Amino acid sequence: MKSCVIVFPGSNCDRDVAVAIEASSGTAPLMVWHGETALPACDLIVLPGGFSYGDYLRSGAMAARAPIMRAVLAKAASGTPVLGLCNGFQIMTEAGMLPGALMRNAGLKFICRDVFLKVENTDNIFNRRYASGQVVRFPISHHDGNYFTDAATLDRLESTGRIAFRYCAPDGAVNASANPNGSLNNIAGILNAAGNVLGMMPHPERLIAPELGGSDGRAMFDALASLLQCA
Amino acid sequence: MKARIHITLKKGVLDPQGKAIANALSHLGFDGVEEVRQGKYIEIDLADGDKAQARAKLDAMCAQLLANTVIENYTVELQA
Repeated sequence: MKSCVIVFPGSNCDRDVAVAIEASSGTAPLMVWHGETALPACDLIVLPGGFSYGDYLRSGAMAARAPIMRAVLAKAASGTPVLGLCNGFQIMTEAGMLPGALMRNAGLKFICRDVFLKVENTDNIFNRRYASGQVVRFPISHHDGNYFTDAATLDRLESTGRIAFRYCAPDGAVNASANPNGSLNNIAGILNAAGNVLGMMPHPERLIAPELGGSDGRAMFDALASLLQCA
Repeated sequence: MKARIHITLKKGVLDPQGKAIANALSHLGFDGVEEVRQGKYIEIDLADGDKAQARAKLDAMCAQLLANTVIENYTVELQA
């Protein structure tokens, strides 16, 4: 599997996701600096977590206009899988790859802890190794993760199965008390209409081995590696 | 030419920071504060030239970068 991790000034989970990809696929991704204008042929692109450009103006706003993003948008449009984690999700919404916006957490605090997520759509390249309704534990680490979109878009996301993950209680109950940041409908991650772009605030790449405190994130990278290696 | 740009959250978009400011004001004893909405103010210095062109350029700047039109509105004020 050939993969690319885009590195912006202020990215800080680029190495974590590179380790996760290599652990599952056996091949280290190519790290691509944001100032590049072209991407090599690849099977997967990752926009990693972090604080690109110091979150100036709005989280992800500057990175979404970086030179490399033209190539990322073109690859995404042609069907290449693109995974956006945390700041990567913010960059995706700012770049118009996914609808909505990630606003300041409702409680105004930066939140860094593990949360439980209910896996919703499993009929996509990222979540194939999870069971629909499965509860997984991933860390979150963000100040701006409060998912917002207009009512019509929210209806469209819900009715077309584009919710990938929702914040939930340990037993899988999706309710207000399990919502860490005020996101509409407890949304933690969404897919684009074609299903090849996933953006999510939680960090699957941070829990890929028991030594790290958990391995619930591993299945996402295993799924991508197995699918993209035989493609 | 100086431009002043105000960026505000759209109606209906939750503003937790504005709420926190409203709470702080009431803690300080300022009563009668019904709502606070927080926004951004940006000043841009442009080379002198055609005003209509400058306005069009500023509008494009807002739409492409300065505001996120999913959640924000903007107004552009152009001074001579």
